[in-house]
Parts: sequence; structure tokens; C-alpha cells
Amino acid sequence: MSSGGEQRPDPDALLARVHRQERSAHRGKLRIYFGASAGVGKTYAMLAAARKHRADGRDVVVGVVETHGRGETAALLDGLQVLPPRLADHRGRSMPEFDLDAALARRPALVLVDEFAHTNAHGSRHPKRWQDVEELLDAGIDVYTTLNVQHLESLNDVVGGITEVRVWETVPDTVFDHADEVVLVDIPAEELLARLRAGKVYVPQQAERAAQNFFRKGNLMALRELALRRTADRVEGDVQAYRVDKSIGAVWKTATALLTCVGPGAGGERVVRAAARLASQLNAEWHAVYVETPSLQRLPAARRERILATLDLARELGATAAVIAQPQVAESIVAYARTHNLSKIVLGRDAVRRLWPWQRSSGQRLALLAPDIDLIEIGVQPTRVDRDEVRPPLAEGEPEAPERRLRKRLRYLWSALVCVGVTLAALPLGARFEPSNIVAFYILAVVLTAMRFGRGPAALAAVLSVVAFDFFFVPPRFSFAVSDVQYVFTFVIMLAVGLLTGQLTAGLRFQARVAAHREERAGALYELARALSAVVQVDEVTRIGCESVERTFRASAALLLPDASGALSRAGGRETGEPAVDLGIAQWSFDRGQAAGFGTDTLPGSDVLYVPLRAPVRVRGVLAVRARNRRLLRIPEQRQLLDTCAALVAIALERVHYVGVAQDALVRMESERLRNSLLAALSHDLRTPLTVLGGLAESLLLTHPQLAPAQREIADAVREEARRMSTLVGNLLDMARIESGEVRLRLEWQSLEEAVGAALHAARGILAGHRVELSIPPDLPLVRFDALLIERVLANLLENASKYTPPGSTVRITAASHPGRVVVTVADDGPGLPPGREEAVFQKFTRGERESATPGVGLGLAICRAIIEAHRGSIVGENLRQGGAAFTFTLPLESVPAPVPEPDLETAHG
Amino acid sequence: MVEPAPVAILVEDEPQIRRFVRTALAAEGWVVHDSDTMRRGLADAGTRKPDLVILDLGLPDGDGVDFIRDLRAWSQVPVIVLSARVDERDKIEALDAGADDYLTKPFGVGELLARVRVALRRRLAAAGGASAVFEFGDVRIDLAARSVQKRGQPVHLTPIEYRLLTLLIANAGKVLTQRQILREVWGPSHAEHGHYVRIYMGHLRQKLEDEPARPRHLLTETAVGYRLVPAPVS
Repeated sequence: MSSGGEQRPDPDALLARVHRQERSAHRGKLRIYFGASAGVGKTYAMLAAARKHRADGRDVVVGVVETHGRGETAALLDGLQVLPPRLADHRGRSMPEFDLDAALARRPALVLVDEFAHTNAHGSRHPKRWQDVEELLDAGIDVYTTLNVQHLESLNDVVGGITEVRVWETVPDTVFDHADEVVLVDIPAEELLARLRAGKVYVPQQAERAAQNFFRKGNLMALRELALRRTADRVEGDVQAYRVDKSIGAVWKTATALLTCVGPGAGGERVVRAAARLASQLNAEWHAVYVETPSLQRLPAARRERILATLDLARELGATAAVIAQPQVAESIVAYARTHNLSKIVLGRDAVRRLWPWQRSSGQRLALLAPDIDLIEIGVQPTRVDRDEVRPPLAEGEPEAPERRLRKRLRYLWSALVCVGVTLAALPLGARFEPSNIVAFYILAVVLTAMRFGRGPAALAAVLSVVAFDFFFVPPRFSFAVSDVQYVFTFVIMLAVGLLTGQLTAGLRFQARVAAHREERAGALYELARALSAVVQVDEVTRIGCESVERTFRASAALLLPDASGALSRAGGRETGEPAVDLGIAQWSFDRGQAAGFGTDTLPGSDVLYVPLRAPVRVRGVLAVRARNRRLLRIPEQRQLLDTCAALVAIALERVHYVGVAQDALVRMESERLRNSLLAALSHDLRTPLTVLGGLAESLLLTHPQLAPAQREIADAVREEARRMSTLVGNLLDMARIESGEVRLRLEWQSLEEAVGAALHAARGILAGHRVELSIPPDLPLVRFDALLIERVLANLLENASKYTPPGSTVRITAASHPGRVVVTVADDGPGLPPGREEAVFQKFTRGERESATPGVGLGLAICRAIIEAHRGSIVGENLRQGGAAFTFTLPLESVPAPVPEPDLETAHG
Repeated sequence: MVEPAPVAILVEDEPQIRRFVRTALAAEGWVVHDSDTMRRGLADAGTRKPDLVILDLGLPDGDGVDFIRDLRAWSQVPVIVLSARVDERDKIEALDAGADDYLTKPFGVGELLARVRVALRRRLAAAGGASAVFEFGDVRIDLAARSVQKRGQPVHLTPIEYRLLTLLIANAGKVLTQRQILREVWGPSHAEHGHYVRIYMGHLRQKLEDEPARPRHLLTETAVGYRLVPAPVS
């Protein structure tokens, strides 16, 4: 209860809401058409809604719809696009199945997927259709589907009890509860029966009798009530969510949480389902635990398998599942409830026949231990359906290894030998010692046997001890006859003490083994973490990770790592080997960051488990594990251990990755620094003497008295060569800078006219003997480019034009804007490019003519091309039909910049 | 009485460059005091009453830009910057700090002398007081009457165009960086809108130059800024 006036929402609830919104922002919406039974018109309603969406222009596709030959329903399919089914091979028959991949590839806005609870053919990606739908939703596609109440997991047994027809195709309640919308399709039972009689409801021939049982009025009314009530529960949930969203309501429920105990009994599933229903009604979290005692550990593999399956069911229904290895059931359950703050315990009522008056049911024991915790006992009298239940075994139990059986027998043999040994040792003392002292020897032997060989051999030792004691030491000796009645009493005590100590010691042994296991697990993790912490190479991580998993889980393991494009391949270069990896499943697991394969919801038929290596930043790969003892991977603790191992490997991989990235960056920075300083030094050290050279030559020309004409000519030549040298050095340095990927474009909105003007100004000396014609429209838009570099391009082109044409030639510069680009051409009317070498001139150190008096090394055009391509433009050279060469470059034309505001100031007039 | 010879201070650490610059300036009748460090250069500028400072940006004992800032604190003497660096940012920085002009190495003596003449003319014009009428080419601007004529014909300028033109006239011969123009014409908040300047310079050229794509007076200093040259150099 919150205090008066306090209306603040629960932060946890708000956080959950944020998560929900985040998830739902990308996820598709799920709408379920929910009905009490077949024939109420769910598919019809769904199709009618889809047609309406279609008419509104939404992209609707029918993924799979079962019309069951009903004409009215089939008619609604008209005009809707239907995905062709995928043909799955099922025991030689090909079964049409919903084609998930086609739907994902088609990516419509809305897909109709009928029969939510359908079980896919063996070998499909997911065993259940609702899992296909989950994947569609995750891909952001909306889904409409249909569901009958009997297919809801938690109501499954209830419906089975009512109708005596049990279906195995179920959908977890969490999926139903998380659906965005549930539309209840409801008609009264009489009407449904009328429709049935009118033949409007499809009834398969082979199931006709069952169906006749099923469609009884009483059944239908009960089913209808269930469907209505379940929908009402959901509506209440919606209201609650709304209240949380809107922070309405002064009363906030104190968190209740349930704990349910899974036992080896047949009713485990019933208890779990009941707990799930209860939890959803209370809107509470719930946990399911299984306490594995030494006696339960000795159960046959098939039964333990069943317990684990029940735990899986609980997890599917939304529980947190755990296995506790403790000899004391009640104590450990209470301890678990206390540590997890669970205020209610749900358990099945024991069907124990009381042999002794002090024996108590687990419920009574719990009640004694924790009087403050609510106990809810569920009746587990097996129903008829439960009795003829023949659920296929999930995995056949491992056959007991022959060597293990041998070892077990050896233990009994040893315990017998110990008794023989004690007897032999005590025989010489028999004459001198009181028989009561001899008993102590035997008790010691039983204790030792229990410690060394366990409970069974200890019991054997206890019995053998009594027999041997009677035969060898109790008068009359060497016969089983007993002279004194008090020895019968001794035998009973001796047997009891022997059995009891054996029991206690064996219990201790079990505890020690559990502790050792736990320590082993912690040790394995520690070892792995320690080994991985020093590793700096991916191969090492792979090796250490695989070895550790193989050791810990007695399994074969492989690491699959993605390449740059995200495609997985086996690490360590081994393409094949143990385990045989299916790259398709691995890729799925990697892409979605979910475990797949053995023991999961996705392709459980595979015998390899694929665990994604989830690191803080991203999924780094997939760990494939094939355990020799497959049950091991089904135990929650072992799976958690495996997940932890995977996380450790993932973190190590991520660390290695970032070490690599950091190193690369360091090397790149270092080489960049080196190159920069080299270029700067070169640029300075070459330009300074060139400046001096040209400057001094020019100074000679200015001296008084003036030089003689011959000397003037020489000074002029020196100056000209210095100028050429410095152009060459400039070109070389520029090329080096551009090649090194060093030049960062300083893109700004520039005027092409201005760039041409600046280039003409810079080249005015070279162009002195040429005529220049310009054709640049004044309304040419501004273009984004690096002014200095484009001026460089234009200057190079102008220089080329002047160099390769005789004096008096005309150089023409034209510019024009086209959609998306600006085209600039520099053309001359000279001899043109050597035919066939129009492209080659752009190569470095290539010139139009091989041997030529025209100076230059052929870098100019190469620089032009590098600059233009850096601007995402293109440059080509060609010969004009009327003679002469033309170089044309384009620059991308983006949207023009914001218009220039002209403040309304005083106007200046002429 | 002969007019006293103009005095130039040359701050440059490369002796050969000092040598030919000194030779060239001396041939033009300048008295040149050269120094190879910034510290000595600043001291010279304080004591020699120079008419011109030629400053190399890459000095061993400090940044040339700091030199200009120091100098501008107490003197309006024209400063021409010599820069061996390719990066335009150094030049822009120097110009923004108050330099009048720049030359990129390698430069020719002819080029240097032309710039020197412009700088000297500016200094003399500034000393003589601004005249109300300014002319370049066949364009005549009467600053008092706020009228612009080309070949005797009135030219209509928008307020922004006129403001831009008067800014260039007030700094004739000097390189104005894009940032300086934006600040003066549009105000400090428009410092990032480089394309304004380009559009309006285009307008001015269309209205005042004979060939807007081959301007003779309203020159572009690519990637640096603009300069109004009243009398073209060549």
C-alpha cells in the first residue's frame, strides 16, 4: 500500500514499459483471432479484416490459410496474394508447410498465418509455427493468426479434462499474453452446433468419432467459458498495462512471486501448468525448482529426462527454472524461496502411502519449516488422459556403459572382501575378546565401506557383518544358532547402526561430490578466464575456448567466426572434423544472437548446440558443442555454465579485436606522422633552394649596370629552369600526398567562374601566346568542391593546352550544368592527342609523345584524375572532330545552399 | 631635398633568400634591415620605424602569426608574409591576424616587388587621408554620393553589393580573407556562410568587370579570400 496521495509509478514498471516500447518500435504487431473451438469463424474474420487492409492499400500477403474446403472462407481469399507453400519431406510424404524464408524475403506489411499452434514438419527451422511467427515479428512484419483455446499451453490439460481429447500442439501462454491484440471470435454453442449439422464446419473423416465426442453441447459451453475467461484475463492485463503506462492507481500490488517444485512424479506437468495459471492470475513472477537428491540421482535416465522436460515446460510458460543438488528437499526449497523472496509455494500433493506414523508429506514438512510461506497443494490424481499419455521420449537415455557396471559390481565385491578381512583378522581374537568388542570391528568396517564405496556396498557390508558375527563369534561358534537371546538384540542394533552410518556416510559422500562438482565448475571458469586473459590472438582464443569446453562438458566443440561480411566459417582453418557443424544453423544463431540446435526451440533435431558468442558490443561468433552425454546440456546449470563459457570467449574475442584495432590505429597514426614530416621536410628543403635559385637569377637581371644580352639570356634560362623545377617538385609532392590518401577535401560551395578566373590568372604567363575563349553561363549554380584542387586541375589542363599547341592557338573553356552534375571542358585546336592513347595520358609518368622537346614528366593529368575522382566526378580526354584535344570533367551537383538573405537596407543608386 | 628612402624590415632565417630579397629591394631604392629571428625582427620594427615588414612564417624561434599580433598592437605598418607551407590555413591565420599580403615560396622577384609597391602605395594613401572618389579601370565610385559609374554609366548595386565594394576599396591592394569579409559585411554571426561572399563577388564582377570570368581588378585568392587591385600588375 502506498501512502496517501502518492501517485508515483513504480520505476521498475516504467523501465519495463520503456523496454517494451523499444522492442515494439521495431517489432511487427501480432493479432490473434481467438476462439473456443474449430468452426467459430476465426479464419473468416481474419480474412475479412485482411481484405479491408488490402482495400486501404496495405501490402497484405497470405502466408498460409486453411480453408478446410469451406466455400465462404475460400471466397475471401480472392484477390489476396497467397505465398506458395514450401514442401517439406516428412517420412516420405511431402507436406505443404508455411514458407518462412519466402515471407521474410517478400517483406510485406502484414502476413496472415493461420493455425498458430501448428507443429511444423520435422526438419523445419522451428518445431512450432508460433516460433516462425516470432521471427516474422522480429523482422518488423505484422502478423494475423488464429488460435483455439485448447491450444493454450496452460489450459491444455484443463481442456483435455473436459473434452477427453488431448492435443499436443500448444502455444506458450507468454506468446499469447504478449500479443498486441487478441480478437475473440465467439458464437453461442447452439449456433456452432447448427453450423456443424449444416456441414459448415470441417470434420476430418478419420476423427469423426472423436469429433462427435468433442462437439457436445456441454463441452462447447465449457470451452466457450474458458475462452471468454482467458480473454477477460488478458483484457485485465491490458488495463493493468494501461494503468502502469498512465500512472493511474494509488494501489500498487506488493510483488508476489511463486515457487513451484518439480518432482519425479507423473503429475509434474499438471503442477507446473497450475502454477503458471496462478502466476498469470496473480500477475506474479514464478520460479520452478527441482531438488535433485541422491535417491533421485539414481533414477533411470528416462525419468530424469522427464523431469528436465517438465522444467523446460515451466521455462516455456515463463518461469525461472533451476536445479538444486541437495539431499534435503524441504530445507533447500525453503532456502530457495527465502533467498528469492518467494511468498507462495505450489506443489503437487504426494501420493505417499504412509508406512510409519512419523512420515510426513512434503507439504507438511514445508509447513513445519516455514510457517510464514503460503502453501498451495495441487491434486495430481492422474486423469484418464494422463494415463494413456504416450509422449515420445525426448531423447533416449544413455545406455549404462559396461565398464561402469563392472565397477559397480567391483564395489560390492570389495565390501564383501572387507567383511572377510575383518572376520579373518578378528578370528584369532575371538577366543580372548568379548563378542561385544568384536562388534566394534564390524561397525568400523561398515563405516569404511560406506565412505569408500557408497550406500549399497555399505548395506551389504552391514548384513554380511551381522551374518559373519553370528557365525564366527556368537556362541555356539561356527553355527548360525544363537544360544543367548540377547545376541538377537545385538544383531538388530548392529544392523541398524551399520545401515544408519552407511546412510549418513553416503550422504556426506554425496554432499562432497556436489561440492566437488561445484568447485570443478568454478575452477573450470576460473581456468578459462585466466587462460583467456593473457591471449592476444584469435587462434589462441579459439584453441583455449574449445579445449576448455571440451574438457568441462566432455564434448567436442568448434568455434565459428564471422568474416568481414558477417559470413561464418570455422575458426582455425579446419573445414571439417568434430563436431559436424551445420553452417546454416550457426549463421541463424549468429545473426539473431540466439542459441539454436540441440535443446533449443530452433532446429532441436540437430545434435549440435549452437551458442552465440555475445560480447558487450556485438555477437562475435558461434560456439558449436556436441556433448557425448547429451543430457548434460539440458540441465539448466550446465547450460548456464556453457553460456558463461561462451560469454568469456566472446569477451576475449572482442578484446583481441579491439587490441588489433588499437594497434592498427597506432601504426597508421605513426606512419601518417612519418609521412607528413617527410613530406613537410621535402617540401621545405626543396622549395627553399629553388626559391633562392630563381630569386638570385632574377636579381641578376635587376643589377646595375645591366648585364650584357648574352648574360641576361643565361640568367633568364636559369630562372626559367628553376621555375620548372619547382613546378615539377610541386607536382611530385601533390601526387605523393594524393596517393597516400592524405588529401582531405575542403568542400565548400564554390563558384566555377571564380575557379576558372583564378586558374587563368595563375596560368597567365604560360598562356600569354594563346587566345582564350570562355563560355560560362552567368547563372551556373554554385558547386561544392575544394577550390584549390579544382583550380589546380584547371591550371594543369590550361598548361597542357598551351604546351602541346603552337603559339597563337585558341584554348576554349566551356561549362554547363546538367541534372546532377556540372560539365567543364578545356579544348584546344592543336594537333590533338595521339590516337588510341586518350586514356593512357592519365597514367602517371605518361606523356602524349614519348620523346619530345616539350618539358614535363607526365604527372599533370594523373593529378587531375586523382583530384576529380576524389570529388566523385570523372575526367576523360578525347580528340575533337574539327581537330584539337578536349578534356572534359564532371563534378556532382548537389542541392544548392540556402538562399542568401538580402537585408532591406538603404539602396545605392548609380 | 630628396624624400627619405623607405625602410623595410626583413625577417627570414634563410640567408640566401634574405640575400636576393635585399638585393631586389635595394635596387628599388629601399633601405633593408634584415634579421634571422623573430625577437630581433620585433626589436627592429620598434626602433627602425619601418614602412614595410616582410616576414617568413616558418621562423626557428616562434610563430610568425604571434609576431603579427604583437606588431599590430602598436603599429599599422604593412606586413607581407612569406610562406613555404602548402596549407592555406597558415596564410588565412596570418591575414586574419593583420597581415596585408602573402607570397608562397617559391616566388619571383617581380611578384615580390609588385606586392611591395602596392603595400607602399596603401601606406601613402592611408597617410594622405581617404579621398571621396575611388577609381579602378573604367569604374568610378563616389563614396560621398554613394554612386557607382562604369564608363560614365550609372550602375545599380544592392546595399550588400555596395557594402562589399566599399570594404574592398577601403582595403584596396590588401588580401581580405573570407572571414573578414563576412564579418564586415554580414556581421559576425554569418562567419560560416562562405557562399554568400562568392555569390556577391560574382554579382559585383558581372556588374563591374568587362569579362567576369577573367577579372582584372576583383581578384580571387583561391581558398584564402579576395583582393581589389586598382591598377593591374601586368
